[in-house]
Amino acid sequence: MIHALANPTRFLKIARPLTPILFWSGLLLVLAGVWGGLTQTPPDYLQKESVRILYVHVPSAWLGMGGWSSLAIACFAYLVWRHPLASLAARAIAPVGAVFAALCLITGSIWGRPTWGTWWQWDGRLTSMLLLFFVYVAWIALERADRERGGDGRIPALFGIAGTVLLPVIRYSVVWWNTLHQGQSLTLTQSTIDDSMLWPLLLTLPGFSLLFGGLVLMRMRAVLAEQRVEARIRRMAA
Amino acid sequence: MNHWPFIIAAYAVVVAGVGGLSLFSWLAMRRAEAAAEALRNRP
Repeated sequence: MIHALANPTRFLKIARPLTPILFWSGLLLVLAGVWGGLTQTPPDYLQKESVRILYVHVPSAWLGMGGWSSLAIACFAYLVWRHPLASLAARAIAPVGAVFAALCLITGSIWGRPTWGTWWQWDGRLTSMLLLFFVYVAWIALERADRERGGDGRIPALFGIAGTVLLPVIRYSVVWWNTLHQGQSLTLTQSTIDDSMLWPLLLTLPGFSLLFGGLVLMRMRAVLAEQRVEARIRRMAA
Repeated sequence: MNHWPFIIAAYAVVVAGVGGLSLFSWLAMRRAEAAAEALRNRP
């Protein structure tokens, strides 16, 4: 599968129709989830109305971390099989993942003010998520510098894989340390959230994930087109 | 404390972030693919 997609022409044949499908179906799910979260669900007995922020905060956190997992897989594929599309995928994922990590931090901070009485707390979960955002920014800067200096992409790929050490720290920070952040309330198999408040999250989570996929495909297509232009100009100049 | 100003602010940040990123990514893709296509059609 990976080897089949490594061909840019074959990849574009799939990516062109897939981009609008992912983007618009994702947007539709997000809008339905946001409508449900803002108008159809009851307020929480402890968090009151501010619980509605979680319908955008949780998917942002999920994609901030999921984005780095995908980036690391792409870096691994580049290191092992040397597929140029793998490094291109990592390059496309990084800014999208960074935006979602930033949205997670900002929406979490806005949620924290009415719920905890503070905008920020240097606890395990918040600090490790902030570190992930900085790691994204560092990776983007490193990858750009490596490309501009004609590097072979190995150093950013190694950094991408090394950065995964942060993911279990973020995931288990609420277990390892006594944090202000609440414990895990949603996993792939179970949830402690009441069904009346859970269903919009089950729309926004896949919705934002599909949007994420659509945005990554857009960025990959843009980079591929730029590379085609550069190659053509080089051929014309030769 | 009224929570709605915080809820509106959080959703506004998400709309601005995801909307801005979507617009930027789509424009970059369209511009790059149009440039590649124009160059390909050049004799």
